[in-house]
Formats: sequence, structure tokens, C-alpha cells
Amino acid sequence: MRWFWVDRFTEFVSGSHASGIKNVALDEEVLDGYSLGFPVLPPTLIIEGLAQVGGILVHEHFQFTKRVVLAKVGTVKYHAPAKPGDTLNYHVRLGRTQGLGAIVSGTSHCNGELQAEVDLMFAFLEEGHLVDGPLFNPGDLRAMLRLMNFFHVAVTAEGKPIPYYKNL
Amino acid sequence: MSLSQDEIFEKVQAALVDALGVDEDEATRDATLVGDLGAESIDFLDIVFKLEKSFDIQIPREELSPEDILTNSQYVQDGVVTADGMTELKTRMPWADLSKFEENPRVQDFGNLLTVGDLCSYVGSKVNA
Repeated sequence: MRWFWVDRFTEFVSGSHASGIKNVALDEEVLDGYSLGFPVLPPTLIIEGLAQVGGILVHEHFQFTKRVVLAKVGTVKYHAPAKPGDTLNYHVRLGRTQGLGAIVSGTSHCNGELQAEVDLMFAFLEEGHLVDGPLFNPGDLRAMLRLMNFFHVAVTAEGKPIPYYKNL
Repeated sequence: MSLSQDEIFEKVQAALVDALGVDEDEATRDATLVGDLGAESIDFLDIVFKLEKSFDIQIPREELSPEDILTNSQYVQDGVVTADGMTELKTRMPWADLSKFEENPRVQDFGNLLTVGDLCSYVGSKVNA
């Protein structure tokens, strides 16, 4: 299974906010496991999708130099099921940051209605903690971001294209 | 911004209830963050973020977590903080009650030292400076 829980970035402003979409499709086997006979995208995978968009927002803010991991899921509100055929519009906003981590708030909307909202905390793995070295093989993160249209939409706070990061 | 002791306690308590999922009546001034409230290392980062937001302050890592002292061979011998180390800790953390720790200052016990009251004193030292 591909662990991509957002299909495409639609907006990305460095150090501020980002948006993306997730299309829910009936061929995804994960829809079957949550509620028998009523296929829905499990809420945990909506959290994961928002964390993927938010994680990239944090990662880019630190020039992709940190080993960013989702450390804590704070408040989560799940307002409505995400059903096959739904398009979820994810939006995340960068909160406080510091040398050890960052916080991000996120929402999911479907047809203009608030579908879910989360508060997430990311931490930076220190060298030697849990695993050594980078969390991605060389080029893998760049390839993932390219697939997700990240480079089409990502801009700096001044509205210019984000710089080319050699370390991706 | 000047806040009373009670105002500080209420906001610290709210941050701990939110970050650790404990009840208000558990987060008393005497409760230790690790032993009594079950805080894990990652929770400290969460608590720091919540306190920074709630009190509009900056909390540098070394102020709440003097790891550099506790891993410095100049200040620790055979797993015990030396007299010089204690002096350094008291200078770094004047807001913390280190009297109990000082009786048997084993580094391994330091993690369970901080109480809710200590955290209030720390925040008080920042907001009422």
C-alpha cells in the first residue's frame, strides 16, 4: 500500500499555510475496515493526511534539514464521515515553532462543510534517536512531492517560487 | 503583564490537563509531572508549546531541561551530581525546589523532580520579571 494520504497540494505558502485534496475512492481497501457495510475513510487516515500536509509545511520551514515526525495528536473533532466520491479539502496552518518541534492546526472540508479538525505536534528527531540518518532515501521525498504537485504551487512568504533544496 | 499566583496556577493547570489528559484535581501544586501525572518526554514539548501560547513567553530548552549540566563530567561523578553541579543547577533553575533532590542527587532521579508548583514558579519568573 502506498502511504500517501493526500493526493495533491493545491496551495503552499512557506512558513504560513498549505492546502491539499484527498479524493476518497471505493477501490481503496482501507474503506472497508472501519465500519462494516458502510465504507468510509477512517478518521485516523484523515489525521494522517493532514499530518502529511502539515509535516511538509514544517519540514520546508526548516529547509528540509530536520527529521520531522508526528509526535502527538492533540484535539481532534470528526464532524462527518468521508464517503466514496467525496473530495476532502485539507488546510493546515503553522503555529508555534522552536528548535525541538512545531505545532500545526488543520481542517478538512467536504462540499464546503467542516468535516474534521485537528491539532498536531511535530517533533524533530535528534541524531541517533530511534534511527540513524535521514528518514527518506535520497530523492524519495522530492519524488513524492513532485507527484503531489507540490512544486507547482509552493511559494515563499513573498510569493516567489520556493528555492531549490539540494538536500531533498 | 503581571499575574497573580492563582492566575498562573490556573493557566498552568489548564495546559497540563490539555497536554496530559489528566483531571484538574490531579494537577495539584505538589504533583510531580512525570511520577504523578505520567508526563513522557514528548509531553514536555507539548507543555512548552502550550505555556508559550498561554502566557505569550519564550521557553528556551535549557531552562526547563538542564541536560547539558547533567551530562557534564565536570558536574556529575558516578551518576551523582557534585556540589559544583548543584550550584550550577540552582543558578540555572532558581525557581525549582531542589532541596529534596539535594539530599541524594542521583541523576536518574532528576527526571521526576519537577512539580506543577515548580512549573508555576518558572512561569512566574518569566511573566512577572
